[in-house]
Amino acid sequence: MTIPPEQMALLRRIQETQFVAVDLNLYLDTHPDDQKALCDYNGASLQLQALMQEYEQCYGPLMHFGQEASRLPWAWIEDPWPWDIRY
Amino acid sequence: MWVYEKKLEIPVRVSIPDVRMAARLITQYGGPDGELSAAMRYLTQRYTMPTGMTRGLLTDIGTEELAHLEIIATMVYKLLDGATIEQIKAAGLDLQYAVRDKAVFFQSPTGEPWTAAYIQSLGDPIADVHEDMAAEQKARAVYEQLMRLTDDADLIQGLQFLREREVVHFQRFGEALDNLQEFVERKKVY
Repeated sequence: MTIPPEQMALLRRIQETQFVAVDLNLYLDTHPDDQKALCDYNGASLQLQALMQEYEQCYGPLMHFGQEASRLPWAWIEDPWPWDIRY
Repeated sequence: MWVYEKKLEIPVRVSIPDVRMAARLITQYGGPDGELSAAMRYLTQRYTMPTGMTRGLLTDIGTEELAHLEIIATMVYKLLDGATIEQIKAAGLDLQYAVRDKAVFFQSPTGEPWTAAYIQSLGDPIADVHEDMAAEQKARAVYEQLMRLTDDADLIQGLQFLREREVVHFQRFGEALDNLQEFVERKKVY
């Protein structure tokens, strides 16, 4: 299943930003006093939150269990699901 | 508590359906050195770790491994998607198909079901972290073996990412081990 180019572009930015956060998260787990890494992590975190909010408003929720609000009909169960998306 | 994000960690692409490759790739889904083993090992070892660093790291790497499990499942799913019965028979995988069609399942390429015997949690932090480091090396080696079995550049890119993450995880576990050894030494001083 393909998604529109604008949606794909935003999804890719979210994946890239989140990956930075994940990798820094692991690094900070073993380097808890690294100021620079912490700044980078917080920067990525803020950026990620903004990007996800934008995605959610335009294309529906990326998270469940109360992390994001929804419209009716309940958007969480809609396509596409991650393993269907054609990159 | 786990929460799910409805997106893959990275984009996953396959150039062309490949039933044989899907059947080999399943080793990183339900095989001995695959992502399920990694996730379950780390997520269960963390309970008996003595420091915030090891509890945090095992929780975080264990969680990332669940995301990798999803990537492997997606690769298998895409490799099988659109494959015809003729292609399945030609690949000698009609035995598999008879049991479970194109379903993704926790087994090795030779059909052994996943087992907790693939992992260990000894409750001894030093032993456990050494096991984790070994696990990351084994996974890295398996990804290299899998990459040699395919010419699909798109698929290789995805496997390359997973291989690189094993290398980084190994690095992090090494750092946690150093910290753990200091901690254990400090505890010995009365």
